[in-house]
Amino acid sequence: MKSQHVVRERRVARGAAGLIAALLLAPLLALMSSGAAQAVDTLCLPGPDAACIAGTVRTEDGPLADVKLTVTDESGAEQEVTTSETGKWNLQLDKEGPYVVKIDEASLPDDVVVAEDQITVQAAFGVTKPALFDVRTEAYSASTSKVDELVQSTVNGIRLGLLLALASVGLSLIYGTTGLSNFAHAEQVTLGGLLGYFFVNQQGLSLWVGGILVVIVCSFTGWFQDRVLWQPLRRRGLGLIQMMIVTIGLSLALQYVFQYAVGARTVRVEQANPEVSTFGPVTITNQSLVAMGISIVVLAAVGYALLRTRIGRATRAVSDNPALASASGIDTDRVIRLVWTVAMGLAGLSGLLYALVTNGIKWDSGMQILLLLFAAVTLGGLGTAFGALLGSLIIGLVVELSPVLGMPGDFKYATAMLILILLLLVRPQGLLGKPQRVG
Amino acid sequence: MDTIQFILNGMMREALSPQTAAVAIAVIGLNIHFGFTGLINIGQSAFMLLGAYGFAISVWHGLPMVVGLALGFGAAFVFALILGAPTLKLRGDYLAIVTISAAEIIRYVGRSALLTDFTGSAQGIPGSQYRDPFTSLSFFGGGQFTLLPFNYTDVADGAAWVRIIGWVLVVACAVVLIQRLRRGHAFAGLGQAALMGALIIVGIFLLFFLFPVPNQRTGVNGWWVRFIAWGLVLLCTLVVYLLVRSPWGRLLRGIREDEDAIRSLGKNVFSIKMQALIIGGLFGALGGIVYVLPASVQPDSMGRSLTFFCYTALLLGGAATIFGPLLGSILFFAARIGIKYTAAAYVPDSIMNNQQTEQFSYIVVGVALMLIVIFRPQGILGNKRELRFNV
Amino acid sequence: MSDQMASPSVAPRGLADPAARRELVSGFEATPGSGKPDPILVVDNIVRQFGGMTAVDVQHLEVQRGIITALIGPNGAGKTTFFNLITGFDKPTSAGKGAHWAFDGRTLDKTSASSVARAGMVRTFQLTKALSAMTVIENMMLGAQDQAGENLFKSMFRGTWRKQEREIEAKADELLARFKLHEKKDDYAGSLSGGQRKLLEMARALMSDPKMIMLDEPMAGVNPALTQSLLGHIQSLRDEGMTVLFVEHDMHVVRHISDWVAVMAEGRLVAEGPAESVMSDQAVIDAYLGAHHDTDLGDDALLSDETMEELAEQVAAEEAEREAEEEAEGLR
Repeated sequence: MKSQHVVRERRVARGAAGLIAALLLAPLLALMSSGAAQAVDTLCLPGPDAACIAGTVRTEDGPLADVKLTVTDESGAEQEVTTSETGKWNLQLDKEGPYVVKIDEASLPDDVVVAEDQITVQAAFGVTKPALFDVRTEAYSASTSKVDELVQSTVNGIRLGLLLALASVGLSLIYGTTGLSNFAHAEQVTLGGLLGYFFVNQQGLSLWVGGILVVIVCSFTGWFQDRVLWQPLRRRGLGLIQMMIVTIGLSLALQYVFQYAVGARTVRVEQANPEVSTFGPVTITNQSLVAMGISIVVLAAVGYALLRTRIGRATRAVSDNPALASASGIDTDRVIRLVWTVAMGLAGLSGLLYALVTNGIKWDSGMQILLLLFAAVTLGGLGTAFGALLGSLIIGLVVELSPVLGMPGDFKYATAMLILILLLLVRPQGLLGKPQRVG
Repeated sequence: MDTIQFILNGMMREALSPQTAAVAIAVIGLNIHFGFTGLINIGQSAFMLLGAYGFAISVWHGLPMVVGLALGFGAAFVFALILGAPTLKLRGDYLAIVTISAAEIIRYVGRSALLTDFTGSAQGIPGSQYRDPFTSLSFFGGGQFTLLPFNYTDVADGAAWVRIIGWVLVVACAVVLIQRLRRGHAFAGLGQAALMGALIIVGIFLLFFLFPVPNQRTGVNGWWVRFIAWGLVLLCTLVVYLLVRSPWGRLLRGIREDEDAIRSLGKNVFSIKMQALIIGGLFGALGGIVYVLPASVQPDSMGRSLTFFCYTALLLGGAATIFGPLLGSILFFAARIGIKYTAAAYVPDSIMNNQQTEQFSYIVVGVALMLIVIFRPQGILGNKRELRFNV
Repeated sequence: MSDQMASPSVAPRGLADPAARRELVSGFEATPGSGKPDPILVVDNIVRQFGGMTAVDVQHLEVQRGIITALIGPNGAGKTTFFNLITGFDKPTSAGKGAHWAFDGRTLDKTSASSVARAGMVRTFQLTKALSAMTVIENMMLGAQDQAGENLFKSMFRGTWRKQEREIEAKADELLARFKLHEKKDDYAGSLSGGQRKLLEMARALMSDPKMIMLDEPMAGVNPALTQSLLGHIQSLRDEGMTVLFVEHDMHVVRHISDWVAVMAEGRLVAEGPAESVMSDQAVIDAYLGAHHDTDLGDDALLSDETMEELAEQVAAEEAEREAEEEAEGLR
């Protein structure tokens, strides 16, 4: 989901600089308005003895109408289809088996090229199989080089890494001070984005005022959670595993509370479309730049607080050894309360920025990045705040760079996971974790 | 009265559904992981999904059903090995993190457009592509069938008092059963076993008398798949019973409490944990196969929510008990439908529309999970003294 | 020492006789790392560092078969870490760099904790690891080796293990009777007292018929009434031919039952000798003094039992505290 947004942004900027806003919405609008009217003429319904193949022919600039395609079955019988206004085409077949779909290059506009002009599709009854062609304008194909792509993805990776870091530092601090793996942390990220939608989009506050309110409200939920839930549970002596399952229950409940409130759709923080800046090969929205700046400043502040301030040192002491910290006069409950408050505020901020950068948030967005958060925290070393920062940057880069380096885009999260498993095999304590007392 | 009957009917249908049975099988596996061994597997849905894919893809591509089953189990087996190898020597949270992440990744990969020819990507694999070999095994014949030839409508014209007495009797049966099960030696001795058997038969008889459930004999979602699904639940329960009362089961409970103690006694803890992870995962795969038989393979319907439901069902019934998973799963799904229907029937649409009742039921599930863990971690059947969670 | 090893003339037989033991021990050289005629455990070059701190650095140690050897030392001397290292619960930093240890002729350098136990060297823990949510008899039966029923595939078929299970239970009953725990057989281990748990742990370790039993502070937290019977049990194990190595702070205990004493300080082995003489060894005094220079021990009173006991108590208290902290850390 994220990558699609990013890719779309990039293409838009390359294609026609003046039409940024319109183009971002164009495919969506086109789908919504004309899709229903056009779809009627060639509707294909797969059934017990009907197979469908379908596709959309579109460049980064938009769909292409009246493109001719020929579909050839095993016996060599040909059928011809033409794309509709929205670039869509489909074909109903009464036999299963391989079909060769060939795009007629002559029917393409002059400035458009197709990478491979034929695809083989395995048709099967009861399903619609897609046949998608890689169609680009010449301008796009010429301007994209591997190096440029690499640079752009690196920037995107750092951006994702910084946003992950905001959330994962808090996750790691909570783990360090209480021993709890908080599975509801991701919902706090979602909450940040949704509150941004509420304050800015719905209530019409300015982004800065709304953003500050989001952080305040999220911090308060952290304080409140510890006050009414986690501290009493710690006092009850509830085991860590039980607490972990409580966070799972909380996560489930919150996800559906969000869905109850805004439904399953994706909502946006700002109604207007973001402005874009270009630096050499890198195209990035201004919001992303600001988001990265804010992340760096906030992370630096957290790092400074941890290293230099009294309360930060107390936090690290509690992380290192709660019994000892408690014995040497540190009020661990106060430290933990503060950690919850700050961690939830950071997660909320992360969610708000994530919603801005990826142009939307929905009820389960947080859950989708939860595994990235855990991978980051584990990679860096469970419980070490700086490890979480390092791990987040690595995971961000891995996720954004692996598609460029040949990993199919759908598997980019799997790459992050693979790295985590390999690391656990050789260095279970994580990159910055201490080697003793594991296992 | 009619509204209540409607809600209860819905609960009964859900409780009997083959998908409830499928989840019960997965919960039985999870019970081996979490209940008996203390392994925090938060990716049981991935074992289910892998089982379902292995089965559905092979049959879809024309392989015999036996091969499909083998591939489903094989996938779960390999998955357990991959997840267990790096994490089972580490503290418990590592397994939790790796399993939940890996489960999501299996789902993403299943949704991938690149694998459309195998997994059907996000649309999944329609049941019609792989169900036939299973349905063709049916010897139940065609047409409709209601389990009991008579029901409450045949007594006093289905008057309210008949049903109310019936409901009270069912509840009484359940209470007695649960109390006996909680004492642990419910089936010890012939007399006890006979009494329990009689109670169960009377209870089931009463239920079908009060809530007549008509279904196709075979069909897509008929008695045949129910018969097999619940038969498998009972079989799995028996297997777990045999496993955990053995010295192997004793080892599992020892590991749950203190791995180091077991290691100091010369036992290969890693190997035992791996065995437990694999066995529980295979139950998960079987659950997954049963889950998709009456439906279709939908990666999104077998995501983390399903795992969380498994945990709720397990903790509700009682972790580390033999019948906990069975009881928990039935109660969980029946209760969720009960909540949903009740909300739909009694809360006006202006406050909660139809879709929101669904979400409301899930919110209740989440809160219930929290409350059970905090206030009654042993669930309905568990023994508080025996149940201990260890990292 | 190789010449001594070449003549294992003194067999463990007859070591139930105190005179025979005294004679055997009198032949040992009272220097750290001295050779023994028939060592069951030989340790070379084991180093364990935590961060920059060296917790254990033992160059050479031999433990004689068939006698009771005590391992003593002040707070933080690394005794428990040493135990963890040789039983496979921890890995030496020097692994692969010259660390070597062997039990009964079998190299244990790369052996896991469970294989060490299977080889016949079974340990107990300072903080008892009785499985409190299981019954006493279940605890005991877990201790038996080579159980067919612990095989996943056989476990489902009772016939394959029922007979063995009965034998194991009979053996457990016997041991429980010996340790006076028989009437607690079906109670949860969690309901036992601290001393009873120590007994249970020891009995459970014996279920595997070990050649050597390693007891980590067997007397810590045991009420005085039980101490005597525990001591008796340890001695009778030795008299049956088992080798005992134990960590202890209670000097009375050390004096009373140990045939040979090894002293550790700051991770190193600083002295060895018979219980009576090692206490007056200068290195030992320095070790304890070094750790407790705030205690005025300027006169001969240093060598009296009372002082040593006081010191030992102090040390035990401190060590217990430290361990508790480590434990708390380990649990996180």
